[in-house]
Amino acid sequence: MYEFVTGPLAIFAFVVFFVGVIWRAIWYIRGLNWQMDRVAYGQNVVYGLKGAIRSIVRWLIPFGTHGWRFYPGFTILVFTFHVCLLVTPVFLLGHNLLLEERWGFRLPSLPEAVADVMTLAVMVAAVFILLRRIALPEVRILTKTYDIVLILIAVAPFLTGFIAYHQLGDYKFWLIAHILCGEIMLVAIPLTKLSHFILFFLSRAQLGMDFGTKRGGMKSSGLPW
Amino acid sequence: MPEGILCNKKPVDTVDQLQALLADKSGKQYYEEMKQLDVNGDALWATLQKTLKSRLRTWLEICAHCGMCADSCFFYLANGRDPEQVPSYKIQSTLGELVRRKGQVDNAFMHYVMDTAWSKCTCCNRCAMYCPFGIDMGVMFGYVRGLCFSQGFVPWELKIGSGMHRIYRAQMDVTTEDWVETCGWMCEEYEEDWPGLEFPVDKPNADIIYTVNAREVKHYPEDLAEAAILFHLAGENWTVPSEGWEETSLAMFAGDWEGCKKQVESVYAAMDRLKPKRMVVTECGHAYRATVIEGPFWAGLKSGRTPVESFHYVEWVAEALRTGKLKIDPSKRIKEPVTYQDSCNYIRNAGLRSCAREIMSYIAEDFREMAPCGEHNFCCGGGGGLNGIGRYREARNVGLKVKRDQILATGAKLVVSPCHNCWDAIRDMEEIYHIGIRWSFLKPLLLKMVVVPEHLRPEE
Ligand code: SF4
Ligand code: SF4
Ligand code: SF4
Repeated sequence: MYEFVTGPLAIFAFVVFFVGVIWRAIWYIRGLNWQMDRVAYGQNVVYGLKGAIRSIVRWLIPFGTHGWRFYPGFTILVFTFHVCLLVTPVFLLGHNLLLEERWGFRLPSLPEAVADVMTLAVMVAAVFILLRRIALPEVRILTKTYDIVLILIAVAPFLTGFIAYHQLGDYKFWLIAHILCGEIMLVAIPLTKLSHFILFFLSRAQLGMDFGTKRGGMKSSGLPW
Repeated sequence: MPEGILCNKKPVDTVDQLQALLADKSGKQYYEEMKQLDVNGDALWATLQKTLKSRLRTWLEICAHCGMCADSCFFYLANGRDPEQVPSYKIQSTLGELVRRKGQVDNAFMHYVMDTAWSKCTCCNRCAMYCPFGIDMGVMFGYVRGLCFSQGFVPWELKIGSGMHRIYRAQMDVTTEDWVETCGWMCEEYEEDWPGLEFPVDKPNADIIYTVNAREVKHYPEDLAEAAILFHLAGENWTVPSEGWEETSLAMFAGDWEGCKKQVESVYAAMDRLKPKRMVVTECGHAYRATVIEGPFWAGLKSGRTPVESFHYVEWVAEALRTGKLKIDPSKRIKEPVTYQDSCNYIRNAGLRSCAREIMSYIAEDFREMAPCGEHNFCCGGGGGLNGIGRYREARNVGLKVKRDQILATGAKLVVSPCHNCWDAIRDMEEIYHIGIRWSFLKPLLLKMVVVPEHLRPEE
């Protein structure tokens, strides 16, 4: 079982992930239409790029925009969740040892205690994000089962990994569960709305270009996001 | 009765159709017929498949349902934080549903979509600034309006408005003769006070071609005269076109893209015909948005720019003050506290915030910003055509509360509002809420304080 989930299944998951993400990006860019979107892509490229980059970078900085500043608590949750979620698996010692064993290369690793705290942070942030969903009427009305399922998909690899690492149960079982959950998440990224992994950048770039060229960017110093 | 006599899927293209609609007071029969109107689900689905491309589809799909757009929408705030006014909810329950049901929806659903698209969103685009994914509900509801229009589900006034543009190339039944006559009449009326005043129509190769809002022609001709006088004082070489003078677009508010195209093409044709150096648009926000910002795309101009460079009135005023073409008498500047209504259409969506500030620095001694202001300003409450729709009067009036409180908080009693729609909304606000404010376009204010050069003064 272990061989299978770390072998063929892992390769399958990674292929779906990479191909899917690239396909999403190509699909997005090909579907842009200057006349229907009413944005002159390819014209005033410098303004367009400037607008796109500003639009992305500002939103990647915690408290970098009016929106983030307006909801400080949620902003902390969102950044904690996303940063820890993206950084921990890539720089985890265990993952890198495996990587070296299988592919002969590795990335730098986080100290184990730090990775542990970050894993906990993902889970704690997720709990608060879920609570917020239920507690606030303006978020509750938007919430679908799908939203909850996606959070669970995203958190599951962390929960199972945490249990396995600390040997809180049957190590073998939790390790395989962890690997499976990780693979489910990888596959889910291009196939579900977790595709915002890539579409966040494209969507932000598009609106940034819109504001950067047509909607004022050429007559002002740029939209103050 | 699937297709009504007044309410149907056909746009208004003849004077007879228009007259019949106008004769139906407040659209009574029109809305009755709408209750029976069939929905062509297949056509809707075909349109969705053809036009709902990656940008809109992605917005619908990746919306995180996080609610960060909630507080950005003045309707949400004005309606006691009603969750049904959260921008994401509004779009998911309309366009989102339409897509999920592949266009197979019924009459009642289309009524809901129409009511939402026009009475719960003014397409002010403020929420786009607050969504982490940059999801712009203003753009999306503009799109939804187009779908509604194609199915005949459009508020009565806007069906009429779009018809006006299709027939008269103006938002009101103002003909070329009416327009040219009004120009002449205004010139005669004022030339005694302003010797040498001109109202040049169709003058080729002028520096400025000036275009207006049909309301000015029909209801506020002094506005035209004021524009002429200010150009005269500034020594501009300007003209107006006899055809293609109307900048506004109720067709845009209606979602009638074909009508939009016809309207802006008439203006662009005037530019091509008269070859001016640049165009200046009167003090109207949506007019500028329609003809200068969005229009090139309707007309298929790949550059995304109008045939000659175009400027909003505030840009011209700021420039005239900066270069000294217009000089303000310092003793006549506005002394009382005064605030400025940032129009979504030319501030948030066209980047002219600093022009407005520059003007205020010349004309006001105690300028007070609203909070928030500039690009982040709230819609006045009457945008997107909402001001003019009887069916949604109540919803509009509730929406005005946010702007009312913003104005009150500045302590100013005078609101400068170089946008027809905002101006109307603020006027109605005073009528409804009696907060003791006054409001004004820039032209009359400028005329009161501008220095008149010696040689342009009337002989004593
Ligand atoms: S802020 Fe954006 S992502 Fe969040 S609910 Fe609103 S539209 Fe959706
Ligand atoms: S565009 Fe304006 S009115 Fe419409 S949902 Fe967004 S904030 Fe509200
Ligand atoms: S009426 Fe004025 S404030 Fe309201 S949407 Fe239009 S431009 Fe914006």
